[in-house]
Amino acid sequence: MNGGYPAGPFAKGLAWVTVLYLILPITIVIPVSLTDQRYLSLPQEGLSLQHYVNLFGSEAWLGAIWQSFWIALASTALAVVAGTLCAIGCWRLSRRSTELVRAMMLLPLIIPSIVYAIGLYRYFGKLDLLDRFLGVTLAHGVTGIPYVVITVSTALAAFDPRLEQAARGMGASLSQTLRWVILPRIMPGIASGAIFAFIHSWDELVMVLFIASREVFTLPRKIWDGINENLDPTMAAVAVLLIVFTVALLALDGALRARRNG
Amino acid sequence: MSMSGSAAAPALSAATPAPSLPRFRNAGWWGLILPAFLLMTVFYLAPILQVLLISFTEPRPGLDNYERLFTSMGVQNVIETTLRICIITTAVSLALGYALSYVVALASPRAQRWWLLAVLVPLWISVLVRSFAWVTLLRRQGLVNEGLMGLGVIDEPLRLVWNEFGIVVGMVHYMVPYAVLPILASMREIDPRLLAAARGLGASRFTAFRRVFLPLSAPGLVAAGVLVFIFSLGFYITPAILGGGKTLMAAEWIKLQILDLIRWGLGTMLATVLVVAILVTLAIFSRVVNLKRLFGGGA
Repeated sequence: MNGGYPAGPFAKGLAWVTVLYLILPITIVIPVSLTDQRYLSLPQEGLSLQHYVNLFGSEAWLGAIWQSFWIALASTALAVVAGTLCAIGCWRLSRRSTELVRAMMLLPLIIPSIVYAIGLYRYFGKLDLLDRFLGVTLAHGVTGIPYVVITVSTALAAFDPRLEQAARGMGASLSQTLRWVILPRIMPGIASGAIFAFIHSWDELVMVLFIASREVFTLPRKIWDGINENLDPTMAAVAVLLIVFTVALLALDGALRARRNG
Repeated sequence: MSMSGSAAAPALSAATPAPSLPRFRNAGWWGLILPAFLLMTVFYLAPILQVLLISFTEPRPGLDNYERLFTSMGVQNVIETTLRICIITTAVSLALGYALSYVVALASPRAQRWWLLAVLVPLWISVLVRSFAWVTLLRRQGLVNEGLMGLGVIDEPLRLVWNEFGIVVGMVHYMVPYAVLPILASMREIDPRLLAAARGLGASRFTAFRRVFLPLSAPGLVAAGVLVFIFSLGFYITPAILGGGKTLMAAEWIKLQILDLIRWGLGTMLATVLVVAILVTLAIFSRVVNLKRLFGGGA
């Protein structure tokens, strides 16, 4: 609904306050990252890029960024393959018989990650997956599945099932139907799911706190230690980079959606 | 049609054996579900079920850990703190989210896009980054205190963080977008002509809102409340950073039991309580809250 009945001044005022509350505190890290001081503060006499120089000269920060990137990439691949196939299967089969599967796929969004993390800590101990690239990738991949299932299911809802029936009717095998008929049509949904699964892994801290310690040391873990130990402006520089990165990924998602709708 | 028919004919003969019973043909589609199902079962459900199990078996089999719910002041304190903070967070998030959604729903399509951007971008920005920003602003030597002292408004720095106030500020900041999405979804289904009609029949702006708009948007409000509340219950990062270890909520208490005190029984007990509380809340409201729509509409 829109137009013809504008909101009143009180609602408008409150909405503006809320939006400023959502956005302004995040943007404060930008001036802080450019400070010429050695502690967290606004720039006093001039702008300085020293903290960005620190960041890009630090083996520890770059190593953490690199590890996070590979883990996010690998877990996204896992989530996209498993989630997309599952969403297609659920879509084609009847709603009732897959009800339980769908509910199960949403569980990671509902159950707090602290509960999963302590479970993993014990479970991965037995499987020798603690502090291993594979362990973190599996944990992030599995919990990334819901994002892919949701976006792909949304894309499939707009897909005419008769196209699939026609392809099968004309003799296409399951894999041919998937490759040539279904997948091309839902590619934007898959891409959206991939972007969200990537951000999920890239930002994930709680599981990493439990199942990784030295060998695997991701960016969120490094930020966490930084907040708890030494609050220096390098952290603000990292925060700015993360914000820029997230906004770029969201812009990419927006562009993909615009293409799909246009 | 005849063209494509003849083109498909050779493919048909080369394809899999003639289509058999419908039930059998579905096997392939079930096969697509299998990888996700196995991954979920082995690497998600199994660890969580183990948590539930440990709460009944360690340090010795029985309900000892659950007895603590009634006997231990420490456990009761954590639950009370968690519930208090969650209820405050939910109430404030709903109020702000509702006002924001109301304005967005009544705005022109062009303005709506900008409003939504302002809601969705914070949603996806790392919660660590946001907590860090709040610490920068609110701590003793933070920008807010320095600013207010510089202006001469206060002489002493205010205690804005490392207490419940700081936690609520940070949590509401995280939860408002989650409140907006379901509320806005339900408001968008309201026909704006109803409001115009109410006004035309002599209702004041406030009456039109209270008697027409508010009841129609109530399902979205309830859905948002449930969503924000269950997300708040198990929230770890923001309360841990902005609480400064002084105000303990459930998730941080669990972490403390497991990693620092190695008391698996107690930690898993509260984890189980948390899961049960969330599932019960969802079950109670499942008639109002369509989970699939809630999550489907958000992403």
